[in-house]
Amino acid sequence: MIAPDSYSILWADLVALKRRWPRYLITTLISPVLYLVAFGWGLGRGINLNGTSYLEFVVPGIIALTAMTTSVNGAGTRLNVDRLFYKSFDECLMAPIKLHSLLLGKALIGMVRGIISSVAFLVVAMLIAPTIHVGPMFLLGLFITCLTFSFLGVLAALLAKSHEDMGTFASIVLLPMTFLGGTFFSLSQVPVGLKYALYLLPLTHASLWLRAAALNQSLPWASLLVLLVFFVAFMGGALVAVRKMSI
Amino acid sequence: MIEISGLSKAYSGKKVVDGLSLSVDQGELFGFLGPNGAGKTTTIRILTTLTKPTSGRVLINGFDVVENTASVKAEFGIVQQHLSLNRDLTIAENLELHARLHHLTPDDRKKRIAELLDYVELTDHADYLVDDVSGGMKRRAMIARALIHRPKLLFLDEPTVGLDAQTRRKVWDLIRKMNNDGATVFLTTHYIEEAEALCRRAGIIHHGKLIALGQPLDLRKKIGMIAVEMQSNGNGTQYRYFPDRAKASEFIQGLPGTEKVVMRESNLEDVFIELTGQKVLGDQR
Repeated sequence: MIAPDSYSILWADLVALKRRWPRYLITTLISPVLYLVAFGWGLGRGINLNGTSYLEFVVPGIIALTAMTTSVNGAGTRLNVDRLFYKSFDECLMAPIKLHSLLLGKALIGMVRGIISSVAFLVVAMLIAPTIHVGPMFLLGLFITCLTFSFLGVLAALLAKSHEDMGTFASIVLLPMTFLGGTFFSLSQVPVGLKYALYLLPLTHASLWLRAAALNQSLPWASLLVLLVFFVAFMGGALVAVRKMSI
Repeated sequence: MIEISGLSKAYSGKKVVDGLSLSVDQGELFGFLGPNGAGKTTTIRILTTLTKPTSGRVLINGFDVVENTASVKAEFGIVQQHLSLNRDLTIAENLELHARLHHLTPDDRKKRIAELLDYVELTDHADYLVDDVSGGMKRRAMIARALIHRPKLLFLDEPTVGLDAQTRRKVWDLIRKMNNDGATVFLTTHYIEEAEALCRRAGIIHHGKLIALGQPLDLRKKIGMIAVEMQSNGNGTQYRYFPDRAKASEFIQGLPGTEKVVMRESNLEDVFIELTGQKVLGDQR
């Protein structure tokens, strides 16, 4: 019953998303397009990285970043509001469904939002950088990135004791990852010590995989594996957190 | 239907429910009274599987709330104290979500939602977003949602809190109707008149302990059916209880005459005052 129960949870979030569809699509494009204009066209004009224009280099990074922020917020903010503001999460906890079905359902809306936002930005980016290659490996990476960060959002929302905690999480975890996760620069340009530290960030591995897939380079399978490890860790953490809620 | 034995719950060593034991029969409308902070909501959270007890045992229709959570969850419906509807959805969509989570078939969902909207008189507001209807309608929508999977047991946690007198009476009618239709009702309230109007049996909880249990009339008989309130300057209101009006009148005649005196029938609030020395609404921790 995992799939039907998770879909039931997702269904409610999809109904709510459908109600604000045009507004969502417009607002979701603002940040990545601004990054593209500021870093791709502004700062990076004329920069060449090993035969690749900076614009081509940065677009996959911005897609990874978009996938991260919209997935985390799409699942986390939604769950935080359900738990602490609408107080409707308890109703789901009292329904006769398994906890992992419930958490998957809550994460799926983040994944859906992440994929929609990333694909919407991709369409805009393809007009500017048509050499971006979107193949099955790129889509696989995007799917895993969105799912992984959705569970990070679910975990953060379950641990948060207030709405402010989500803001603190965004400032302490997401913001540093935005600028340090291999999105806007190549890891080969940073000192070795910092480079290894940056490998601890899941966004670094999402950026590396999506960039390699988009630019038709050899794929960093280790990064995909690390992303999957993060996915399992975030999902396991969320399960522990939701179980602890009933103590 | 509900068997509670030796139930305790402690947070950081402090007991909020302390050795609670009681049982509620099938078809009963049971009132669980006490001031805010007495342990009513914690008890309901344990009974509905949301919180694990520190010790003791609870059986819901024979299923243990800790060991058989999935079976327990299918047995009850709940109307929580706070508004817990999804405010991004309409009234009908909220019912639909709950019906899906309780595995009703698509045909049954459609039929049941229509039936229940009619039952709580919200058919005309089915497609309204939650925020676009009144507080009373929201409460009725929560009742409809609690009934969607035809539960045998209903937990109503302060179901009329924040409602005006007229809407409160509408909700009372609905509670009686649900009970008459066969549902066992476990009602928590700090409104004494609500418990007296609805419940055949009541338990009073104070500081996590059950301090009285029985039919409202029997509980009143224990302290005396007639209450005398004496308001004197500086000492607040004093209460005395008597088995009948004759004895109460005799007592009043013997008073010095400096006090404002009221004689009336006793109620469950008096039972609470007599047992704890404080008013139910006075303890707002």
